[in-house]
Amino acid sequence: MMPEVRWRRLPLNANYAVAHAVKDSDVDVVAAYPITPQTTVVEKISEFIANGELDAEMIHVESEHSALSACVGASAAGARVFTATAAQGLELMHEILHIASGLRLPIVMTIATRALSAPISIWCDYSDVMNARDASWVTMFVSSAQEAYDSVIQAFKIAEHPDVLLPVMVAYDGFIMSHTYEPVLVAEDPAPIREFIPKRRDRIVLDPEKPVTMGPIAMPEWYYEIKYQQVEAMKNAYRVVKETIDEFAKRFGRRYPVVETYRLEDAEIGILTYGAIYGTLREAIDIMRSKGMKVGAIKLRLWRPFPYEEVLQAIKHLKLLIVADRAISYGARIAGPVALEIMSLLLYESERPEVMSVVIGIGQRTVTEEDFEQIAKLGAKWLEEKRIPRETIYWGVRGVTYA
Amino acid sequence: MSSELPTWKEIPIAGTILEPGNSVKYKTGDWRTFRPVIDQEKCVRCLFCWAYCPDAAVKIVEKPYRTQSGREYQFSVEIDYDYCKGCGICANECPAKAIQMVEEVK
Repeated sequence: MMPEVRWRRLPLNANYAVAHAVKDSDVDVVAAYPITPQTTVVEKISEFIANGELDAEMIHVESEHSALSACVGASAAGARVFTATAAQGLELMHEILHIASGLRLPIVMTIATRALSAPISIWCDYSDVMNARDASWVTMFVSSAQEAYDSVIQAFKIAEHPDVLLPVMVAYDGFIMSHTYEPVLVAEDPAPIREFIPKRRDRIVLDPEKPVTMGPIAMPEWYYEIKYQQVEAMKNAYRVVKETIDEFAKRFGRRYPVVETYRLEDAEIGILTYGAIYGTLREAIDIMRSKGMKVGAIKLRLWRPFPYEEVLQAIKHLKLLIVADRAISYGARIAGPVALEIMSLLLYESERPEVMSVVIGIGQRTVTEEDFEQIAKLGAKWLEEKRIPRETIYWGVRGVTYA
Repeated sequence: MSSELPTWKEIPIAGTILEPGNSVKYKTGDWRTFRPVIDQEKCVRCLFCWAYCPDAAVKIVEKPYRTQSGREYQFSVEIDYDYCKGCGICANECPAKAIQMVEEVK
Protein backbone atom coordinates (compact mmCIF):
# COMPACT_ATOMS: atom_id res chain seq x y z
CA MET A 1 0.00 0.00 0.00
CA MET A 2 1.42 3.33 -1.08
CA PRO A 3 1.60 5.98 1.64
CA GLU A 4 -1.09 8.61 1.41
CA VAL A 5 0.00 11.83 -0.31
CA ARG A 6 -0.42 14.97 1.72
CA TRP A 7 -1.46 18.03 -0.27
CA ARG A 8 -1.07 21.70 0.41
CA ARG A 9 -3.84 23.94 -0.93
CA LEU A 10 -2.21 27.05 -2.39
CA PRO A 11 -3.56 29.98 -4.36
CA LEU A 12 -1.64 29.67 -7.63
CA ASN A 13 -1.99 30.77 -11.21
CA ALA A 14 -1.19 28.22 -13.92
CA ASN A 15 2.35 29.61 -14.34
CA TYR A 16 3.15 29.09 -10.67
CA ALA A 17 1.41 25.73 -10.68
CA VAL A 18 3.72 24.68 -13.51
CA ALA A 19 6.77 25.94 -11.59
CA HIS A 20 5.71 23.88 -8.58
CA ALA A 21 5.29 20.83 -10.81
CA VAL A 22 8.79 21.37 -12.24
CA LYS A 23 10.21 21.57 -8.72
CA ASP A 24 8.32 18.49 -7.58
CA SER A 25 9.46 16.61 -10.72
CA ASP A 26 13.10 17.23 -9.70
CA VAL A 27 14.09 18.69 -13.05
CA ASP A 28 17.86 18.88 -13.66
CA VAL A 29 18.15 21.64 -16.26
CA VAL A 30 15.96 24.60 -17.20
CA ALA A 31 16.79 26.91 -20.11
CA ALA A 32 14.33 29.59 -21.04
CA TYR A 33 13.95 33.12 -22.30
CA PRO A 34 11.31 35.45 -20.88
CA ILE A 35 8.20 36.20 -22.92
CA THR A 36 4.81 37.39 -21.77
CA PRO A 37 2.70 35.62 -20.52
CA GLN A 38 5.09 32.74 -19.72
CA THR A 39 7.80 34.65 -17.85
CA THR A 40 6.69 34.00 -14.29
CA VAL A 41 6.99 30.23 -14.76
CA VAL A 42 10.73 30.53 -15.06
CA GLU A 43 10.97 33.36 -12.52
CA LYS A 44 9.39 31.09 -9.94
CA ILE A 45 11.68 28.21 -10.88
CA SER A 46 14.70 30.52 -10.44
CA GLU A 47 13.39 31.33 -6.99
CA PHE A 48 13.09 27.64 -6.13
CA ILE A 49 16.66 27.05 -7.30
CA ALA A 50 17.97 30.08 -5.38
CA ASN A 51 16.19 28.91 -2.22
CA GLY A 52 17.68 25.46 -2.52
CA GLU A 53 14.25 23.90 -3.02
CA LEU A 54 15.23 22.58 -6.45
CA ASP A 55 18.69 21.33 -7.35
CA ALA A 56 18.78 22.32 -11.01
CA GLU A 57 20.93 24.20 -13.47
CA MET A 58 19.27 27.33 -14.87
CA ILE A 59 20.77 28.31 -18.21
CA HIS A 60 20.18 31.94 -19.13
CA VAL A 61 20.18 32.37 -22.89
CA GLU A 62 19.69 35.19 -25.35
CA SER A 63 16.73 33.79 -27.30
CA GLU A 64 14.19 31.00 -27.43
CA HIS A 65 16.14 29.39 -30.25
CA SER A 66 19.07 29.08 -27.84
CA ALA A 67 16.80 28.08 -24.96
CA LEU A 68 15.51 25.02 -26.74
CA SER A 69 18.95 24.30 -28.19
CA ALA A 70 20.40 24.25 -24.66
CA CYS A 71 17.55 21.94 -23.66
CA VAL A 72 18.42 19.64 -26.57
CA GLY A 73 22.03 19.41 -25.41
CA ALA A 74 21.15 18.86 -21.77
CA SER A 75 18.56 16.24 -22.63
CA ALA A 76 20.97 14.46 -24.96
CA ALA A 77 23.39 14.29 -22.02
CA GLY A 78 20.70 12.50 -20.02
CA ALA A 79 19.25 15.32 -17.90
CA ARG A 80 15.56 15.84 -17.15
CA VAL A 81 14.87 19.12 -18.90
CA PHE A 82 12.16 21.76 -18.86
CA THR A 83 11.46 24.97 -20.73
CA ALA A 84 8.52 27.28 -21.27
CA THR A 85 7.54 29.85 -23.86
CA ALA A 86 4.68 31.47 -25.80
CA ALA A 87 3.79 32.97 -29.15
CA GLN A 88 6.80 34.47 -30.98
CA GLY A 89 9.09 32.55 -28.63
CA LEU A 90 7.61 29.27 -29.81
CA GLU A 91 7.94 30.44 -33.40
CA LEU A 92 11.62 31.23 -32.87
CA MET A 93 12.04 27.74 -31.43
CA HIS A 94 10.31 26.17 -34.38
CA GLU A 95 13.40 24.81 -36.09
CA ILE A 96 14.62 23.23 -32.85
CA LEU A 97 11.18 21.75 -32.11
CA HIS A 98 11.83 19.31 -34.93
CA ILE A 99 15.36 18.60 -33.76
CA ALA A 100 14.19 17.82 -30.22
CA SER A 101 11.59 15.37 -31.49
CA GLY A 102 13.80 14.02 -34.27
CA LEU A 103 16.53 13.24 -31.74
CA ARG A 104 13.79 11.69 -29.57
CA LEU A 105 14.58 13.79 -26.51
CA PRO A 106 12.02 13.74 -23.68
CA ILE A 107 11.98 17.50 -23.07
CA VAL A 108 8.89 18.98 -21.41
CA MET A 109 7.72 22.47 -22.34
CA THR A 110 4.74 24.51 -21.25
CA ILE A 111 3.10 27.12 -23.43
CA ALA A 112 1.09 30.01 -22.00
CA THR A 113 -0.72 30.39 -25.30
CA ARG A 114 -0.65 33.80 -26.92
CA ALA A 115 -1.80 35.25 -30.22
CA LEU A 116 0.90 35.70 -32.85
CA SER A 117 2.21 39.04 -34.09
CA ALA A 118 1.56 41.06 -36.26
CA PRO A 119 -0.28 43.06 -35.08
CA ILE A 120 1.26 42.64 -31.65
CA SER A 121 -1.01 40.98 -29.17
CA ILE A 122 0.14 39.78 -25.79
CA TRP A 123 -3.27 38.17 -25.24
CA CYS A 124 -4.49 34.66 -25.61
CA ASP A 125 -5.41 32.45 -28.50
CA TYR A 126 -4.03 29.10 -29.67
CA SER A 127 -2.41 30.12 -32.95
CA ASP A 128 1.11 29.64 -31.51
CA VAL A 129 0.64 26.06 -30.39
CA MET A 130 -1.41 25.12 -33.46
CA ASN A 131 1.51 26.20 -35.65
CA ALA A 132 3.61 23.55 -33.91
CA ARG A 133 1.14 20.80 -34.79
CA ASP A 134 3.43 18.83 -37.10
CA ALA A 135 6.59 19.09 -35.01
CA SER A 136 6.09 15.60 -33.52
CA TRP A 137 5.61 16.78 -29.95
CA VAL A 138 2.99 15.12 -27.77
CA THR A 139 0.65 18.06 -27.13
CA MET A 140 -1.88 18.58 -24.37
CA PHE A 141 -4.31 21.43 -23.73
CA VAL A 142 -5.26 21.94 -20.11
CA SER A 143 -8.12 23.88 -18.53
CA SER A 144 -7.15 24.66 -14.94
CA ALA A 145 -4.07 25.44 -12.87
CA GLN A 146 -4.50 22.12 -11.06
CA GLU A 147 -4.60 20.30 -14.37
CA ALA A 148 -1.46 22.21 -15.44
CA TYR A 149 0.38 21.07 -12.30
CA ASP A 150 -0.74 17.47 -12.73
CA SER A 151 -0.12 17.43 -16.48
CA VAL A 152 3.51 18.56 -16.21
CA ILE A 153 4.17 15.64 -13.87
CA GLN A 154 2.40 13.29 -16.29
CA ALA A 155 4.32 14.85 -19.19
CA PHE A 156 7.67 13.66 -17.82
CA LYS A 157 6.32 10.14 -17.41
CA ILE A 158 4.99 10.11 -20.97
CA ALA A 159 8.04 11.74 -22.57
CA GLU A 160 10.56 9.46 -20.86
CA HIS A 161 8.65 6.23 -21.52
CA PRO A 162 10.96 4.01 -23.62
CA ASP A 163 8.17 3.35 -26.14
CA VAL A 164 7.64 7.11 -26.62
CA LEU A 165 10.80 9.21 -26.13
CA LEU A 166 9.21 12.28 -27.64
CA PRO A 167 9.09 15.80 -26.24
CA VAL A 168 5.81 16.89 -24.65
CA MET A 169 4.10 20.27 -24.77
CA VAL A 170 1.50 21.31 -22.20
CA ALA A 171 -0.47 24.37 -23.30
CA TYR A 172 -2.88 26.58 -21.37
CA ASP A 173 -4.45 29.98 -21.90
CA GLY A 174 -2.12 32.93 -21.53
CA PHE A 175 -3.42 35.43 -18.95
CA ILE A 176 -6.80 33.72 -18.54
CA MET A 177 -4.93 30.90 -16.79
CA SER A 178 -1.32 32.06 -16.58
CA HIS A 179 -2.24 35.08 -14.45
CA THR A 180 -5.46 34.02 -12.74
CA TYR A 181 -5.24 32.49 -9.30
CA GLU A 182 -7.06 29.31 -8.37
CA PRO A 183 -6.75 26.97 -5.42
CA VAL A 184 -4.26 24.26 -6.38
CA LEU A 185 -3.26 21.15 -4.45
CA VAL A 186 0.50 20.72 -4.53
CA ALA A 187 2.41 17.94 -2.84
CA GLU A 188 3.43 18.76 0.75
CA ASP A 189 6.51 16.60 0.17
CA PRO A 190 7.73 15.99 -3.40
CA ALA A 191 8.84 12.42 -2.65
CA PRO A 192 5.63 10.67 -3.85
CA ILE A 193 5.72 12.72 -7.07
CA ARG A 194 9.35 11.79 -7.64
CA GLU A 195 8.55 8.13 -6.97
CA PHE A 196 5.80 8.34 -9.59
CA ILE A 197 8.28 9.60 -12.19
CA PRO A 198 11.60 7.96 -11.36
CA LYS A 199 14.47 9.14 -13.51
CA ARG A 200 15.10 6.44 -16.05
CA ARG A 201 18.52 5.43 -17.25
CA ASP A 202 17.42 3.34 -20.20
CA ARG A 203 17.82 5.67 -23.15
CA ILE A 204 20.85 6.39 -25.28
CA VAL A 205 22.64 9.50 -24.02
CA LEU A 206 25.91 11.28 -24.70
CA ASP A 207 28.54 9.53 -22.61
CA PRO A 208 32.32 9.74 -23.17
CA GLU A 209 32.61 6.13 -21.97
CA LYS A 210 30.20 4.94 -24.65
CA PRO A 211 30.52 7.39 -27.53
CA VAL A 212 27.64 7.74 -29.98
CA THR A 213 26.80 10.13 -32.79
CA MET A 214 23.42 11.82 -32.47
CA GLY A 215 21.78 13.51 -35.40
CA PRO A 216 24.04 12.33 -38.22
CA ILE A 217 23.11 13.11 -41.80
CA ALA A 218 20.62 10.57 -43.11
CA MET A 219 20.90 9.81 -46.80
CA PRO A 220 17.72 9.25 -48.84
CA GLU A 221 17.90 5.49 -48.19
CA TRP A 222 17.86 6.05 -44.39
CA TYR A 223 15.88 9.18 -43.54
CA TYR A 224 12.39 7.81 -44.20
CA GLU A 225 12.76 4.85 -41.82
CA ILE A 226 14.04 7.12 -39.05
CA LYS A 227 11.08 9.49 -39.43
CA TYR A 228 8.73 6.51 -39.52
CA GLN A 229 10.02 5.60 -36.05
CA GLN A 230 8.39 8.86 -34.90
CA VAL A 231 5.08 7.79 -36.46
CA GLU A 232 5.22 4.62 -34.37
CA ALA A 233 6.35 6.53 -31.28
CA MET A 234 3.24 8.74 -31.57
CA LYS A 235 1.05 5.63 -31.79
CA ASN A 236 2.72 4.37 -28.64
CA ALA A 237 2.26 7.77 -27.02
CA TYR A 238 -1.51 7.44 -27.53
CA ARG A 239 -1.42 4.28 -25.40
CA VAL A 240 1.09 5.65 -22.88
CA VAL A 241 -0.82 8.90 -22.32
CA LYS A 242 -3.90 6.91 -21.36
CA GLU A 243 -1.93 4.52 -19.15
CA THR A 244 -0.33 7.50 -17.43
CA ILE A 245 -3.73 9.12 -16.86
CA ASP A 246 -4.91 5.88 -15.22
CA GLU A 247 -1.80 5.49 -13.10
CA PHE A 248 -1.94 9.12 -12.01
CA ALA A 249 -5.61 8.82 -11.08
CA LYS A 250 -4.93 5.65 -9.13
CA ARG A 251 -2.02 7.16 -7.24
CA PHE A 252 -3.17 10.74 -6.74
CA GLY A 253 -6.94 10.61 -7.22
CA ARG A 254 -7.29 13.16 -10.02
CA ARG A 255 -8.28 12.07 -13.52
CA TYR A 256 -8.13 14.02 -16.78
CA PRO A 257 -9.37 11.94 -19.69
CA VAL A 258 -8.05 12.67 -23.17
CA VAL A 259 -11.58 13.68 -24.10
CA GLU A 260 -13.87 14.98 -21.38
CA THR A 261 -17.62 15.39 -21.78
CA TYR A 262 -20.28 17.31 -19.91
CA ARG A 263 -24.03 16.59 -20.10
CA LEU A 264 -23.46 15.02 -23.49
CA GLU A 265 -25.20 11.64 -23.12
CA ASP A 266 -28.65 12.72 -24.32
CA ALA A 267 -27.52 15.82 -26.20
CA GLU A 268 -28.36 16.47 -29.83
CA ILE A 269 -25.89 19.30 -30.23
CA GLY A 270 -22.39 19.03 -28.84
CA ILE A 271 -19.90 21.86 -28.59
CA LEU A 272 -16.23 20.96 -28.51
CA THR A 273 -13.44 23.23 -27.38
CA TYR A 274 -10.18 23.21 -25.41
CA GLY A 275 -8.30 25.22 -22.80
CA ALA A 276 -9.82 27.55 -20.21
CA ILE A 277 -12.83 28.43 -22.30
CA TYR A 278 -14.19 24.95 -21.57
CA GLY A 279 -15.23 26.35 -18.18
CA THR A 280 -17.29 29.06 -19.85
CA LEU A 281 -18.76 26.45 -22.16
CA ARG A 282 -19.89 24.27 -19.26
CA GLU A 283 -21.64 27.26 -17.71
CA ALA A 284 -23.26 27.95 -21.04
CA ILE A 285 -24.44 24.33 -21.27
CA ASP A 286 -26.12 24.64 -17.85
CA ILE A 287 -27.86 27.83 -18.95
CA MET A 288 -29.03 26.27 -22.22
CA ARG A 289 -30.13 23.07 -20.48
CA SER A 290 -32.22 25.14 -18.08
CA LYS A 291 -33.99 26.50 -21.16
CA GLY A 292 -34.63 22.99 -22.46
CA MET A 293 -31.93 22.85 -25.15
CA LYS A 294 -30.41 19.40 -25.61
CA VAL A 295 -26.77 20.44 -25.62
CA GLY A 296 -23.57 19.10 -24.14
CA ALA A 297 -19.88 19.95 -24.03
CA ILE A 298 -16.71 18.16 -25.09
CA LYS A 299 -13.21 19.10 -24.04
CA LEU A 300 -10.22 18.02 -26.09
CA ARG A 301 -7.26 17.52 -23.75
CA LEU A 302 -4.93 15.62 -26.06
CA TRP A 303 -4.13 17.16 -29.43
CA ARG A 304 -1.13 15.10 -30.56
CA PRO A 305 -1.46 12.16 -30.81
CA PHE A 306 -5.08 12.86 -31.74
CA PRO A 307 -7.46 10.75 -29.60
CA TYR A 308 -9.64 9.69 -32.52
CA GLU A 309 -11.26 6.73 -30.73
CA GLU A 310 -12.48 8.80 -27.79
CA VAL A 311 -13.59 11.69 -30.02
CA LEU A 312 -15.60 9.40 -32.29
CA GLN A 313 -17.10 7.63 -29.29
CA ALA A 314 -18.14 10.95 -27.74
CA ILE A 315 -19.69 12.54 -30.82
CA LYS A 316 -21.19 9.69 -32.86
CA HIS A 317 -24.72 10.04 -31.41
CA LEU A 318 -24.94 13.79 -32.00
CA LYS A 319 -26.96 15.48 -34.71
CA LEU A 320 -24.63 18.44 -34.78
CA LEU A 321 -21.11 18.94 -33.53
CA ILE A 322 -19.93 22.52 -33.18
CA VAL A 323 -16.14 22.80 -32.96
CA ALA A 324 -15.01 26.07 -31.42
CA ASP A 325 -11.41 26.67 -32.47
CA ARG A 326 -9.12 29.43 -31.26
CA ALA A 327 -6.74 29.55 -34.20
CA ILE A 328 -7.14 30.20 -37.92
CA SER A 329 -5.62 28.24 -40.77
CA TYR A 330 -5.66 31.07 -43.28
CA GLY A 331 -6.95 30.15 -46.70
CA ALA A 332 -8.57 26.90 -45.59
CA ARG A 333 -12.29 26.47 -46.14
CA ILE A 334 -12.44 24.80 -42.74
CA ALA A 335 -10.03 27.08 -40.92
CA GLY A 336 -10.32 25.65 -37.42
CA PRO A 337 -7.50 23.13 -36.91
CA VAL A 338 -9.46 20.84 -34.59
CA ALA A 339 -12.61 21.04 -36.73
CA LEU A 340 -10.58 20.01 -39.75
CA GLU A 341 -9.08 17.09 -37.84
CA ILE A 342 -12.49 15.82 -36.75
CA MET A 343 -14.02 16.21 -40.21
CA SER A 344 -11.25 14.09 -41.67
CA LEU A 345 -12.08 11.36 -39.12
CA LEU A 346 -15.77 11.44 -39.96
CA LEU A 347 -15.21 10.84 -43.65
CA TYR A 348 -14.86 7.11 -42.88
CA GLU A 349 -17.96 6.92 -40.67
CA SER A 350 -21.30 6.00 -42.22
CA GLU A 351 -23.29 7.57 -39.38
CA ARG A 352 -21.94 10.93 -38.48
CA PRO A 353 -23.07 14.25 -37.07
CA GLU A 354 -23.10 17.42 -39.10
CA VAL A 355 -20.07 19.52 -38.21
CA MET A 356 -19.96 23.27 -37.85
CA SER A 357 -16.57 24.95 -37.57
CA VAL A 358 -16.49 28.14 -35.54
CA VAL A 359 -13.53 30.38 -34.78
CA ILE A 360 -13.79 32.24 -31.48
CA GLY A 361 -11.66 34.14 -29.00
CA ILE A 362 -8.96 35.28 -31.41
CA GLY A 363 -6.48 37.62 -29.68
CA GLN A 364 -8.51 37.09 -26.50
CA ARG A 365 -11.71 38.52 -27.94
CA THR A 366 -14.10 37.88 -25.06
CA VAL A 367 -16.30 34.83 -25.37
CA THR A 368 -19.20 34.60 -22.96
CA GLU A 369 -21.85 32.00 -22.17
CA GLU A 370 -24.17 34.06 -24.33
CA ASP A 371 -21.86 33.65 -27.33
CA PHE A 372 -22.02 29.88 -26.97
CA GLU A 373 -25.80 30.03 -26.61
CA GLN A 374 -26.16 32.13 -29.76
CA ILE A 375 -23.82 29.84 -31.67
CA ALA A 376 -25.79 26.78 -30.54
CA LYS A 377 -29.10 28.40 -31.48
CA LEU A 378 -27.78 29.33 -34.90
CA GLY A 379 -26.48 25.78 -35.33
CA ALA A 380 -29.87 24.32 -34.35
CA LYS A 381 -31.62 26.63 -36.82
CA TRP A 382 -29.28 25.76 -39.67
CA LEU A 383 -29.56 22.07 -38.83
CA GLU A 384 -33.36 22.37 -39.03
CA GLU A 385 -33.11 24.18 -42.36
CA LYS A 386 -30.49 21.66 -43.56
CA ARG A 387 -27.97 24.37 -44.36
CA ILE A 388 -25.00 23.91 -42.06
CA PRO A 389 -22.33 26.19 -43.54
CA ARG A 390 -19.58 24.43 -45.42
CA GLU A 391 -17.04 26.92 -44.30
CA THR A 392 -15.83 28.23 -40.96
CA ILE A 393 -17.92 30.77 -39.08
CA TYR A 394 -15.87 33.68 -37.73
CA TRP A 395 -17.82 34.49 -34.61
CA GLY A 396 -17.75 37.98 -33.22
CA VAL A 397 -15.92 39.84 -35.99
CA ARG A 398 -17.31 43.31 -36.48
CA GLY A 399 -18.78 43.60 -39.94
CA VAL A 400 -19.58 39.90 -40.33
CA THR A 401 -23.03 38.64 -39.44
CA TYR A 402 -24.64 35.25 -39.73
CA ALA A 403 -28.33 34.44 -39.84
CA MET B 1 15.15 -0.52 -53.26
CA SER B 2 17.83 -2.52 -51.54
CA SER B 3 16.53 -5.28 -49.28
CA GLU B 4 19.81 -5.52 -47.35
CA LEU B 5 19.28 -2.22 -45.57
CA PRO B 6 17.75 -2.42 -42.08
CA THR B 7 14.04 -1.75 -41.49
CA TRP B 8 12.75 1.08 -39.28
CA LYS B 9 12.67 -1.37 -36.36
CA GLU B 10 16.29 -2.37 -36.82
CA ILE B 11 17.74 1.12 -37.09
CA PRO B 12 18.77 2.58 -33.69
CA ILE B 13 16.33 5.20 -32.40
CA ALA B 14 16.67 8.58 -34.14
CA GLY B 15 19.33 7.11 -36.43
CA THR B 16 21.88 7.47 -33.64
CA ILE B 17 25.22 5.88 -34.54
CA LEU B 18 26.21 3.54 -31.73
CA GLU B 19 29.55 2.43 -33.11
CA PRO B 20 32.21 5.16 -33.03
CA GLY B 21 34.32 5.49 -36.15
CA ASN B 22 32.11 3.34 -38.32
CA SER B 23 32.16 5.84 -41.18
CA VAL B 24 34.97 3.72 -42.70
CA LYS B 25 32.27 1.21 -43.54
CA TYR B 26 30.64 3.75 -45.81
CA LYS B 27 32.65 3.73 -49.01
CA THR B 28 32.35 6.98 -50.87
CA GLY B 29 34.51 6.12 -53.88
CA ASP B 30 31.49 5.68 -56.13
CA TRP B 31 30.70 9.39 -55.85
CA ARG B 32 33.66 9.99 -58.17
CA THR B 33 33.38 11.10 -61.78
CA PHE B 34 37.13 11.74 -62.26
CA ARG B 35 39.83 9.62 -60.65
CA PRO B 36 43.25 10.96 -59.72
CA VAL B 37 46.06 8.88 -61.20
CA ILE B 38 49.58 9.40 -59.85
CA ASP B 39 52.51 9.10 -62.21
CA GLN B 40 55.14 7.53 -59.95
CA GLU B 41 57.85 8.69 -62.37
CA LYS B 42 56.96 12.37 -62.01
CA CYS B 43 56.02 12.24 -58.30
CA VAL B 44 58.64 13.85 -56.05
CA ARG B 45 57.11 12.53 -52.77
CA CYS B 46 56.54 16.03 -51.42
CA LEU B 47 53.23 14.81 -49.85
CA PHE B 48 51.33 17.97 -50.74
CA CYS B 49 48.55 15.72 -51.99
CA TRP B 50 48.52 13.82 -48.69
CA ALA B 51 48.33 17.09 -46.75
CA TYR B 52 45.66 18.67 -48.93
CA CYS B 53 43.35 15.69 -49.36
CA PRO B 54 40.14 16.61 -47.47
CA ASP B 55 39.21 12.95 -47.04
CA ALA B 56 42.48 11.25 -46.00
CA ALA B 57 42.29 9.26 -49.22
CA VAL B 58 45.99 9.65 -50.09
CA LYS B 59 48.03 6.79 -48.69
CA ILE B 60 51.76 6.60 -48.05
CA VAL B 61 52.76 3.02 -48.82
CA GLU B 62 56.01 1.19 -48.14
CA LYS B 63 56.83 0.50 -51.76
CA PRO B 64 60.38 1.52 -52.75
CA TYR B 65 60.51 3.02 -56.23
CA ARG B 66 63.38 3.74 -58.59
CA THR B 67 62.74 6.18 -61.42
CA GLN B 68 64.10 5.64 -64.94
CA SER B 69 66.60 8.41 -64.30
CA GLY B 70 67.83 6.49 -61.25
CA ARG B 71 66.27 8.47 -58.41
CA GLU B 72 65.34 6.20 -55.48
CA TYR B 73 62.44 6.58 -53.10
CA GLN B 74 61.79 4.47 -50.00
CA PHE B 75 58.03 4.83 -50.33
CA SER B 76 55.28 5.58 -52.82
CA VAL B 77 52.10 7.61 -52.73
CA GLU B 78 48.79 6.00 -53.74
CA ILE B 79 45.14 6.95 -53.82
CA ASP B 80 42.60 5.03 -51.75
CA TYR B 81 39.88 4.63 -54.37
CA ASP B 82 37.39 3.27 -51.78
CA TYR B 83 37.08 6.76 -50.33
CA CYS B 84 38.48 9.24 -52.89
CA LYS B 85 35.55 11.32 -54.11
CA GLY B 86 37.51 12.72 -57.04
CA CYS B 87 37.51 16.34 -55.92
CA GLY B 88 40.78 16.98 -57.77
CA ILE B 89 42.42 19.10 -55.07
CA CYS B 90 45.49 16.81 -55.09
CA ALA B 91 45.91 17.25 -58.84
CA ASN B 92 45.49 20.97 -58.51
CA GLU B 93 48.04 21.28 -55.72
CA CYS B 94 50.68 18.86 -57.05
CA PRO B 95 53.81 20.99 -57.77
CA ALA B 96 55.24 18.26 -60.02
CA LYS B 97 52.08 17.95 -62.12
CA ALA B 98 52.24 14.21 -61.40
CA ILE B 99 48.51 13.68 -60.87
CA GLN B 100 46.09 13.41 -63.80
CA MET B 101 42.31 13.43 -63.39
CA VAL B 102 40.97 10.67 -65.61
CA GLU B 103 37.27 10.32 -66.32
CA GLU B 104 35.66 7.26 -64.76
CA VAL B 105 34.18 5.01 -67.39
CA LYS B 106 31.56 2.50 -66.25
